[in-house]
Amino acid sequence: MRIREPFKLVAIGAIGFWLAAFALLPNLLVVIASVLERGSDEFVAFAFTLDSYRRLLDPLYLGVLLDSLWLAAATTTLCLLLGYPFAYLLTRMPARWRPMLLLLVIIPFWTSSLVRTYAMVIILQTNGWLNQILLDLGLIAEPLELLYTEPAVIAGMLYALLPFMILPLYAALEKLDRRLIEAARDLGAGRVTIFRRIILPLTLPGIVAGCMLTFLPGLGMFYVADLLGGARTLLVGNLIRDQFLSARDWPFGAAASVMLTVLMGLLLWAYYLSSRRASRGALP
Amino acid sequence: MSEPVIELRNVCKAYAANPVLRHINLQARAGEFLTLLGPSGCGKTTILRLLAGFEKPDSGEIRIAGQDMQTLPPERRHVNTVFQSYALFPHLTVFENVAFGPRLNQVRGDELRERVMDALRMVKLEEFARRKPGQLSGGQQQRVAIARAVVNRPRVLLLDEPLSALDYKLRKAMQVELKQLQRRLGITFIFVTHDQEEALSMSDRVAVMNAGRIEQFGTPRQIYEAPENLFVARFVGEINNLPGQVMTAAPPRYDIRLHDRVINLKSQHAFGVGDRVNVLIRPEDLRIWREDEGSAEERATLFPAVVEEVVYKGSTVDLAIRLDNGDLLATTQFFNEDDQAIVNLDFREGERVFVDWVHDWETILPHED
Repeated sequence: MRIREPFKLVAIGAIGFWLAAFALLPNLLVVIASVLERGSDEFVAFAFTLDSYRRLLDPLYLGVLLDSLWLAAATTTLCLLLGYPFAYLLTRMPARWRPMLLLLVIIPFWTSSLVRTYAMVIILQTNGWLNQILLDLGLIAEPLELLYTEPAVIAGMLYALLPFMILPLYAALEKLDRRLIEAARDLGAGRVTIFRRIILPLTLPGIVAGCMLTFLPGLGMFYVADLLGGARTLLVGNLIRDQFLSARDWPFGAAASVMLTVLMGLLLWAYYLSSRRASRGALP
Repeated sequence: MSEPVIELRNVCKAYAANPVLRHINLQARAGEFLTLLGPSGCGKTTILRLLAGFEKPDSGEIRIAGQDMQTLPPERRHVNTVFQSYALFPHLTVFENVAFGPRLNQVRGDELRERVMDALRMVKLEEFARRKPGQLSGGQQQRVAIARAVVNRPRVLLLDEPLSALDYKLRKAMQVELKQLQRRLGITFIFVTHDQEEALSMSDRVAVMNAGRIEQFGTPRQIYEAPENLFVARFVGEINNLPGQVMTAAPPRYDIRLHDRVINLKSQHAFGVGDRVNVLIRPEDLRIWREDEGSAEERATLFPAVVEEVVYKGSTVDLAIRLDNGDLLATTQFFNEDDQAIVNLDFREGERVFVDWVHDWETILPHED
């Protein structure tokens, strides 16, 4: 065991350094930048102010936030509605097919999601594939305005985020003991009761994990709205990016970023509290 | 006799061309404790799953309380199962686990509470109603599983090796509790086990199964004392097998040559002269004579042997003895304090002994390979 001590120190040290250098420090810089003034020559001027946060309270930005929340929530809901049956069917497949099918879910990850979003543009644009197919089938007479609409943005986010919903749901459903379903049937439960009283509560951790993994990235995803929504939808993610790259207002961008991080943190905290309450309910 | 609660008629079942049940015929009476006993893979659990409705027979008929089960799904059958793994719902409290069935039968409010608590009281778990299954010991979980099943007042309770996960002492205690429970409730129990001791001590009747067939169906006593074939004889307890040949036949008595002796024995089976037979004797039915016991003429009918192994087991001494012709026999000698036998059971390895048995306590079966 003694011999292992140095290795332990190195391993923990490396991880600690990594987290400090690439997670803690950048976030610290963002927090610091958010309370500084905008500089004229440099990006920031070293003078303390809460002005950026004050500006965030503008109803305009509240609207942006609500839009973002709505879009992320809509995407998450659709992901759940599509992902749950998908994951369920996956677990019902013969065991030797399952790794293959899971691989198919994961393969799109190998391509940059930016590239995949561009592909969506090609499919959805006015003279794109989808319209062409619908025209050829005679289902529509005129090409539909698909690109640069909210449904297009949601479709793009759905496409990018669906695997993040499927994988935790699959893990939860896979773990589900089939014998519990037999036991429920034995006691007289039909399909609906079994789903509502056995399957749903037992896969709830997977549902929550999947929602977290889609909702939180969905909140900050800017390029999908950019490419598929055009300039029409301004989201928190776009706002932050624009402040840094176009408007060159680093303190304001940093403040928006901090606000988003705090919001996500609050959501995670709420989840933690609710899960703790759920498990505490187990005690007599 | 009243109509059987459970009836299997010529039931066959195969998984992917592998037959697991071959022409099973079985009946259980109301209030009976019936055990399906057999090695793993013999089809006993499949019978339970057919009765519960999780599997459908390929052919044949299953009736429960006179009703054909062909099209009835598990959720609509008046049977309940105690699963081998217990299959308790981990997210529900003990109370809610037990209340699961009654709730589905629209039992509500005070009546629900009363019924659930009655069931929990029956298995002595009323104080654990608010716990979750994960906070209970194996034996307690077992009892919740039983309460969850019997609270529905089923016609038949199916138990799939319910005690196999428990340690020896707890298993013994639960055997007694289960038997008492069954008597009190008057429910028909169909109990699956591979433990012959468990089967003999708890059951009214036992069906010994092997390779998808019922080898013998009878009371524990019939199964143990009059096995119908070599499989049953060997599976239900230890047994010694002496190969012999019929010399003269005067049914029901036969002169049978065993090694260099000819012994006159009784059998319900019919044999012809020259038939090869197996003479089966339980270890506890063998009597050991020491060199200084018995007269010379008495000794002439005994088989000479040598003690090879002595295993002291507290209430008994088990000996492995080798007959002079090479056969190895297992014997169990009971301590009997009345005749100072304690001294007599002090066998040494390598000691010369003589062995016989009380005639007619043996079982004679046709020779099988």
